[in-house]
Amino acid sequence: MASISPYGKRFISYIRQSQIRRLVGSGVRIDGRTPHQLRDVSIRTNVVNTADGSAEALLGKTRVVAGVKVGLGQPFPDTPDEGVLIVNAEILPHASPYSEIGPPDETAIELARVVDRGIRHSGFVDFKKLAIDQNKVYVLWVDLYVLNDDGNLVDAANLAALAALRSTMLPSAVKDEAGVKLDRNNKTALPSDLSKAPIAVSIGKIDSRIIVDPNLEEELSLDGRITITIAQDSIVSMQKTAGYFTEQELWQAVDLAYSIRDKLRDVLLKSLV
Amino acid sequence: MKYVSPRQVIFPGDPVATSDESVEGAVYIDEGKYRASSIGLVEFRDNKIVVVPLEGSYRPKPGDVVIGYVTDVLASGWEVDVRAPLAAWLPVNEATAKYIDLEKTSLTSLLNVGDAVIAAVKDVDLTDEFPVMLTLREGERLGKIESGLVVELSPVKVPRVIGKKGTMISTISELGCDVIVGQNGRIWAKCPGPEAELALLQVIEKIDRESHVAGLTDRVRALIERYKGGGSARP
Amino acid sequence: MKQPPVPLLVEGRRADGRAPDQMRDVRISVGVISNADGSAMVSYGNTTAVAAVYGPREMHPRHLSLPDKAVMRVRYHMAPFSTKDERKNPAPSRREIEISKVLREALEPAIFLEQFPRSRIDVFVEIVQADGSTRVASLTAASLALADAGVPMRDLVIGVSVGLVNGVVVLDLNGLEDNYGEGDMPVGYMPNLGRITLLQLDGAWSRDRFAEAVKLAVKGAEYVYGKAREALKAKYFEIAEEVAK
Repeated sequence: MASISPYGKRFISYIRQSQIRRLVGSGVRIDGRTPHQLRDVSIRTNVVNTADGSAEALLGKTRVVAGVKVGLGQPFPDTPDEGVLIVNAEILPHASPYSEIGPPDETAIELARVVDRGIRHSGFVDFKKLAIDQNKVYVLWVDLYVLNDDGNLVDAANLAALAALRSTMLPSAVKDEAGVKLDRNNKTALPSDLSKAPIAVSIGKIDSRIIVDPNLEEELSLDGRITITIAQDSIVSMQKTAGYFTEQELWQAVDLAYSIRDKLRDVLLKSLV
Repeated sequence: MKYVSPRQVIFPGDPVATSDESVEGAVYIDEGKYRASSIGLVEFRDNKIVVVPLEGSYRPKPGDVVIGYVTDVLASGWEVDVRAPLAAWLPVNEATAKYIDLEKTSLTSLLNVGDAVIAAVKDVDLTDEFPVMLTLREGERLGKIESGLVVELSPVKVPRVIGKKGTMISTISELGCDVIVGQNGRIWAKCPGPEAELALLQVIEKIDRESHVAGLTDRVRALIERYKGGGSARP
Repeated sequence: MKQPPVPLLVEGRRADGRAPDQMRDVRISVGVISNADGSAMVSYGNTTAVAAVYGPREMHPRHLSLPDKAVMRVRYHMAPFSTKDERKNPAPSRREIEISKVLREALEPAIFLEQFPRSRIDVFVEIVQADGSTRVASLTAASLALADAGVPMRDLVIGVSVGLVNGVVVLDLNGLEDNYGEGDMPVGYMPNLGRITLLQLDGAWSRDRFAEAVKLAVKGAEYVYGKAREALKAKYFEIAEEVAK
């Protein structure tokens, strides 16, 4: 399987593209935002009662639902005393005219892996507390469902994943002669530390102007795009996707990511009270 | 301001000159500077800097004479491989001026898979299923190749086979071979004997490999002189 | 934190004896696959990537071609025998699919794709031996193979990795450091234009450490770029020397 330049319905006219680029050049955006302004963000938890944890994040019109199911499994050999995190993303055929049915494509796989790396390296979930015994640990399956793609899936999916994990109730592990089983009638909160929540901030570049939270049409008009994930004071994950950045532009992007992180974290905290 | 000197081999991204200079060839402009877009050889011609690419593929344009191989027979023409990044075809009405009754005549009787043709590029239209349209009717000595040989070299070296004002090709003609150079880096030739044929193959290989080293015409001439002296062309 | 089998850093020296800002032995050769339009083999220490480029060539199936530029197809793949431990399943993993995308997006800004509408440029990279930093060795190999094929491009793209080991920023992670270090940051850099086209990061990096890492990556890329130029030159200089004889 190889990575192929995107084709098909993911299309924007040159006139629309040049309009978007011209507007950004003069400090405004196609949807009326300023370059460093987020779209409206809202997060709701416990949106699916069959899941062990769930949340929905809206970033403008981008809508992502995250569902957590808790299972049992074996630890990875190099981390025998830690639980396991598995993040999967599905960009549903509902999400846009260009998304198709089928197994996750490279965009969905990258989305899942970027969210996964942020959570894994931040200390947000205490994986040590998810070990049950020598060869049984909790497995956290996080499924990210993109219902509508209006750009910047990563930031929205990341917020949905954090809120879903934060709302996750861990079934207790019951041991008997047959082995370990989960008791879903007896649950406790998943051990997590909100102060360590990894916040993904995606930054776009048009010429040398930096914008935050690009919408879909903007994404199709960018010269560069990067996602910077920050937990506490550290950068825990980065992923440059389209185009390029000079060193100078990179420093601007990182500075901007730190300030946007604060805003997104406030929204997350408010939504979880 | 120039950043290069004559006969220098340069690489993609290397600065060539500031944008006020006159520069041609495998270059692009970025922030006021010409830079190489390919591995290239620098030449100074009059007041111009020319970056001659040393590697690269064939890009078809109307009027090019090319040598192609028939790869498929379709309802009303042939698909032809001309080493281009675009599909090429020869419609039946461009292959012959005669009326062909497609109900009675099989196209394979004219050209079949595996046949070689010398053709001209009539048109390049990206909206067509086969963007490159070939013709056998608009140019001299076009048609199916019945005898002789076809040898390949890098398409970017074709200008060197011709040489400045045709010097190289006239040197090569001393071998006594009938030669047609396709712009797609395929050369057809018919030689008086196997020794001349072998010498021609060596000349083409020399041009393909050594075009960036000064004195190419002299070395080719020396090889041809050796052949004409009755000895083997082998060094 | 996972415990490494040997200390990763002792008195400023890494487990394999290198200084923090030192690359492993870099070996590059161009034109290693005669059938390909362009090819290159790049080794950073025990990591070896082989890249082959075919194209620009006809796009099949045709309806997947783009009307205004070439389609670029990149495959990063690890040979089943390339890993130290168990055999690697040859089916493409999620990791390989992601890396293929990241490499494509690191190469696309360098290539004049708009010169070849309705065509395709294929870049295949195979890791034959893996000891860390495979994706960045792949990037260097791929960009050299593209140059060797004569695909019009703005610059080479050189890949290097930097990492965080015992709090120290180090250049060119080997497999051990990749497994047990605190952070990994692969970088792709256009040395003439000063543009970063590949950037990933994981671990926990302060802003200062990150800034230090970018500087070190640029320095490392410039060093590898020198080796890459030598390899490209070698192809033409060997012929020149042979002619002089």
